[in-house]
Amino acid sequence: MSDRVFGGIGLLLGVFFIWQATLIPLSFISDPIGPKTFPIILGVVLSLSSVAIMLLPGGSADWPGMRTFAELSAAVAVLIAYSFVLPLVGFVVSTIFAAFYLCLRLGAPLKGAAIGGVSISLGIYALFHLVLGLSLARGPWGF
Amino acid sequence: MLETLSSLADGFGVALTFQCLALAFLGCLLGTVIGALPGLGPSNGVAILIPLAFSLGLAPTPALILLTSVYYGAMYGGRISSILLNIPGDEPAMMTTLDGVPMARKGQAGEALALSGFASFFGAFFATWGLVFLAPLLVKVALLFGPAEYFALFVLAFATLGGVASTNQAKAAFAAALGLAIAMIGVDSQTGVPRFSFGQVHFYDGIDFLVAIVGLFALSEVFVFLEHKSSLKKSDTSGIKLGRITPPLWMLRKTFPTMCRSTLFGFFAGVLPGAGASLGSFISYSFEKQLVDRENTFGKGDPRGVVAPEAGNNAAAGGALVPMLALGVPGSGTTAVLLAMLLALNITPGPLLFQNNPDVVWGLIAALFIGNFMLLALNIPLVGMFVRVLMIPTHYLMPGVAMISFVGIYGISGSTFDLIVMVVFGVVGWVLRKLDVPLVPVILGVLLGNLMEQNLRRAMTISDGDWGILFASPLSIGIWTVAVVGFILPIFMARRLRRKLEREVTASDVD
Repeated sequence: MSDRVFGGIGLLLGVFFIWQATLIPLSFISDPIGPKTFPIILGVVLSLSSVAIMLLPGGSADWPGMRTFAELSAAVAVLIAYSFVLPLVGFVVSTIFAAFYLCLRLGAPLKGAAIGGVSISLGIYALFHLVLGLSLARGPWGF
Repeated sequence: MLETLSSLADGFGVALTFQCLALAFLGCLLGTVIGALPGLGPSNGVAILIPLAFSLGLAPTPALILLTSVYYGAMYGGRISSILLNIPGDEPAMMTTLDGVPMARKGQAGEALALSGFASFFGAFFATWGLVFLAPLLVKVALLFGPAEYFALFVLAFATLGGVASTNQAKAAFAAALGLAIAMIGVDSQTGVPRFSFGQVHFYDGIDFLVAIVGLFALSEVFVFLEHKSSLKKSDTSGIKLGRITPPLWMLRKTFPTMCRSTLFGFFAGVLPGAGASLGSFISYSFEKQLVDRENTFGKGDPRGVVAPEAGNNAAAGGALVPMLALGVPGSGTTAVLLAMLLALNITPGPLLFQNNPDVVWGLIAALFIGNFMLLALNIPLVGMFVRVLMIPTHYLMPGVAMISFVGIYGISGSTFDLIVMVVFGVVGWVLRKLDVPLVPVILGVLLGNLMEQNLRRAMTISDGDWGILFASPLSIGIWTVAVVGFILPIFMARRLRRKLEREVTASDVD
């Protein structure tokens, strides 16, 4: 079943890609096949392979339950939030929280996760910034 | 021959500097740890470290030495968790569990580790010699390639990758097309028009390959661990006694012929585009089983069953560097990552690399020899240290991996947008894994998309729009034939092989 749905989505993607490729504006400089041809070929391959997947589905994927979906969505939300907050409050503080959250959700005890978060953040800061000189996000406090 | 050897000697001149030696050592150490940790394979490991190599501002040769040392190290390290925990550290190490685990249960864990360490060294060492002699030969052929042949070669890489390394051709084709399609995003380099950018300025530069690979490989791994956290196997190494950590001489003598044959098989499996190390270890193991398993001891802790896959997969790792360096066409996920790094450093692998940057090529090869001896030293007497690394619980390890991924990508561009694209790739990677779509063709597609299109368009410009040029030379017809056969034949062959492999693995789990 998953494969049929996947093939369907893939086909839509392929057709959408071909349609978008036909909208590519032409430039005054040009070569014999132009900027559209190769993308259109790719769109065709995408669509054909999706049709093949739809017609000959393999074994069914083993999707997790609602709880796990919620778990994963929360992790994605945290990582996206982390991407936004990083330049605002700096590397050390934001990483402590993100790493703490991930440790906790992967099954560390509360205290362990707190220690884990702080040591991952400070460890990376010490190794990559202080020793190796990599530039990390600077917050208002400079770290 | 002599010329090759003198180039190699020059290479040693490049590699024997303090910086290169230190980087090779660091790479070997990190690589072994990365390989040993379950869930972090060679391609993940190298992908996470590339942004760091950039941000540190390393010159091409030292950067390449660091990352290939990680690559070789990860191939060595994969066996440690296979033998001790029955969890392969990476895919090529899967076959090592078959005889490694029974040996460990018999109380020969130390011997199994030492022996497989030596087999890894043997395979990698002679494969590096193979690289020395085969790559210049291939370069001579590659100099005859025009754009049409290159285009066919790219198709060949995707076709064999889809044919050999995957169970479902349609999904592999989908994955390759998806990756290539992603590469189309951004301003067209030949005409300057934006493509698939949906009016977003952020997309004008295209999707950075590193963002894609770190997301697809490293972050999606974190999601997989989150998904399965309740059923995570506790890494328990306490019950296993290492015993002696040097291989007994009689064992070496008994397994020596196996080592030689497996190295040969592994090397050639590695040279084939798309086949890679997993196939190398699989072929070596199956062949040895057919050939020498008279008393039916394979699968029950036969030392030769440990030696064969380890010599095979390490030899394949060396073999896989041949097409990557000589043709600029990678055959596996990890060599794709190495190629990406070269491209980002403005070095184009391929025949011209040997002419224009011999210091890079031969410095790298010399560093591989040096790295091999370092790895032998690290992996036999110090194996106990790596065993201790396996005791870090995953719930501290994976968050660390995730944060290092962010650090690496942020270090290159400093842009929040790239971080978000990386998270999106992480989610896509997780979904594709669930659907059993291979990720390596996607990665290869993102990396090679623009090169492939450029070659097609160059060929078309030469022929003034006549598609016949793609099949005009005997060389290109040959490549197309191999591509078609490579894609179609495994539909019949590989399923049988895979099924056999799965049977063997499940059978060993039962007893």
